[in-house]
Amino acid sequence: MILHRIVAALLWFATGIAAADAAEVTVKMLHVEQNPQASGFWKDIARSFMATHPGVKIEVQYLENEAYKKKLTTLLQSQDRPHIIYSWGGGVLREQVKAGVIEDLTPSMTAQWRESFSPAAIQAYTLNGKVYGVPMLVSQVGFFYNKTLFAKAGVDANAIKTWDDLLAAVKKLKAAGVTPIIVGGADKWPLHFYWTHLAMRNGGKSAFDAALRGEGEGFAAAPFVKAGEQLQQLVDLAPFQAGFLGATFPQSSGQFGDGKGAMNLQGNFMLNSMRANAADKKGLPADKLGWFPFPVTAGGKGDASDTLGGLNGWLVTKGAPKEALEFLKFFLKPEHQREAAARGFYIPVLRGTQDAIADPILRRIGENLARSKYHQIFYDQMLGPAVGAVVNDVSADIAAKAMTPQEAAQAVQQAWELAN
Amino acid sequence: MFASLAAWHRRAWAMDGRFAVALLFLPPALFLFTLFVALPMGEAAWYSFYNWNGYGTPETFVGLKNYELLLQNRPFRIALVNNLLIIAVSLLIQLPLALAMAVLLADRIRGAVVFRMIFFVPFVLAEIAAGLIWRFVYDGDYGLVAKTASALGFEPPYLLADRELAMYAILVVVVWKYFGFHMMLYIASLQQIDPNLYEAARIDGATGRQIFTQVTLPLLGPTIRLSVFFAVLGSIQLFDLIMPLTKGGPSDSTQTLVTYLYSYGVTRMRIGFGSAVGVILFTICVVFAFGYSRIRTRYD
Repeated sequence: MILHRIVAALLWFATGIAAADAAEVTVKMLHVEQNPQASGFWKDIARSFMATHPGVKIEVQYLENEAYKKKLTTLLQSQDRPHIIYSWGGGVLREQVKAGVIEDLTPSMTAQWRESFSPAAIQAYTLNGKVYGVPMLVSQVGFFYNKTLFAKAGVDANAIKTWDDLLAAVKKLKAAGVTPIIVGGADKWPLHFYWTHLAMRNGGKSAFDAALRGEGEGFAAAPFVKAGEQLQQLVDLAPFQAGFLGATFPQSSGQFGDGKGAMNLQGNFMLNSMRANAADKKGLPADKLGWFPFPVTAGGKGDASDTLGGLNGWLVTKGAPKEALEFLKFFLKPEHQREAAARGFYIPVLRGTQDAIADPILRRIGENLARSKYHQIFYDQMLGPAVGAVVNDVSADIAAKAMTPQEAAQAVQQAWELAN
Repeated sequence: MFASLAAWHRRAWAMDGRFAVALLFLPPALFLFTLFVALPMGEAAWYSFYNWNGYGTPETFVGLKNYELLLQNRPFRIALVNNLLIIAVSLLIQLPLALAMAVLLADRIRGAVVFRMIFFVPFVLAEIAAGLIWRFVYDGDYGLVAKTASALGFEPPYLLADRELAMYAILVVVVWKYFGFHMMLYIASLQQIDPNLYEAARIDGATGRQIFTQVTLPLLGPTIRLSVFFAVLGSIQLFDLIMPLTKGGPSDSTQTLVTYLYSYGVTRMRIGFGSAVGVILFTICVVFAFGYSRIRTRYD
């Protein structure tokens, strides 16, 4: 802490001198968007804001996803912190709010502005009755599939309704000499989609809420152990591409785009990654690309319409100038969000913007999310970094056959007890 | 009386001169060392007794709990074993290889300079760049290893995705990356050996092997002891080469102490726990450094 203060003082001294002669207000926005078109669009919004607000300078800055998550703790406690930051909500938001580095937006949130978002989206950024963030986009995890390869193996995607159907499809694809599933196992979180989605299908919302409250066996309870067993069933079929434990998410998106495997369980943001990482920089064309939701499990309490995904947005940090919130309001105007939807960057949460989505898969996901009664935010975000990382670890360990389902569920429960 | 006073004065003045130099040159280094080395070390030791996520000030005092958890943790033990393995490979493969190359290339033979440069280039390369290059080499679809294997009629291996093999794949990169540095140390040292000694040995009828073991090796002693020191400390701290290759995976099979600290401390926002790892790492390094230099001073 002493070190932090000394360095902060030095930085403050150095930047203070530099800033003294510029009388205008600077608002710094930090994001993790990799797609240059999307971040370019944001910069355009910033430029048009600056044009109408003389004396205000908006700096839209990019930091790579992993680096962003790791640096944020230190950044937020420095004098030179960014004013608007990207957020996944969940456990990290809870920690940030507890530390008092995030501005409470409740007073400045007019009813009208609040009403423009779905209640679930606002709920994700509400803690103890206070709103700490503005939601921007929503995503869903599901199976993307390659229509050509499915046809080759004679698999009908629309017939995959249950986990057993999926296992049967995997067998059929294998028999036809097709790699059934592509996954970025080295990054672990692509594998955690399997474990968490299975747990959701097995136990529904009630199981997750019970585990959060520490009831019964928590995350070591039956739905979570069973999720591990079901994942093991899949792993036993050797469904993944060769060397999947060494493949990163971008790499795997590229492999899927190159047609090296039939399915890929991912969020809709995978489409951006596929286009950037496929050998031809395009990936699968729209008519060869299909999508189906995660299947249900036999006897599971979860509903087929329950969704797993992200609900990402923006936070304003403590001590930010009032122009920061003003810009955020401008940024999230319907016309801007409609354009983002039309250009296929993401699925905006602002009401009345989703009809602008052109991409058929994104449109379908948008409809799913509108229907969903239970949208589960990614476990690795929801449970906070310490427990979330363990969920990722155990999922990868089951896939590597390095851990049993019981051990996996217990490890998550232990981490949860330790962190809370 | 006056003479002695004048002498005292002169001496004091000389002292003062030295003192002034110290006063001028010591503070910047001392300040930076305190700020960026001593203070953080003390802070880490303090944090390690807390359950702390990095926000605000540490408040939840947990005593030795972090250390307890650490010693029970399986990946931590894997990391320790891997570090020992890296040290062993550095000492038993890397250094002998470096010495052999040095002996071959120390003489002014044709092409020696070119080879020296080729072997030294990996050391100059940034660790991240080297790691990324080798990631391509090991790639099971398009990599050099895969293509070679399939040309020879084998199934292409996915070395970095294999829990059993990934660590060995990394060890190959470690040896490749750092042997050039040790080779250069040995070459510099070999060139300082008086050629008369070799001539004398030859006149006395010594064989090539005898010359190497009786003349070259003893005279290289101090340099070898120095390079062992570098090799061991470097092995304990290995981090940036592993991150681009495997990030410690699959299933923690390539974790080292520092990658373990990073992924279990920094990434998970468990700064208290990570600090405990840091303290253990620091202790290992200090015990080795002081223990080794005591042994070394006995010889040199």
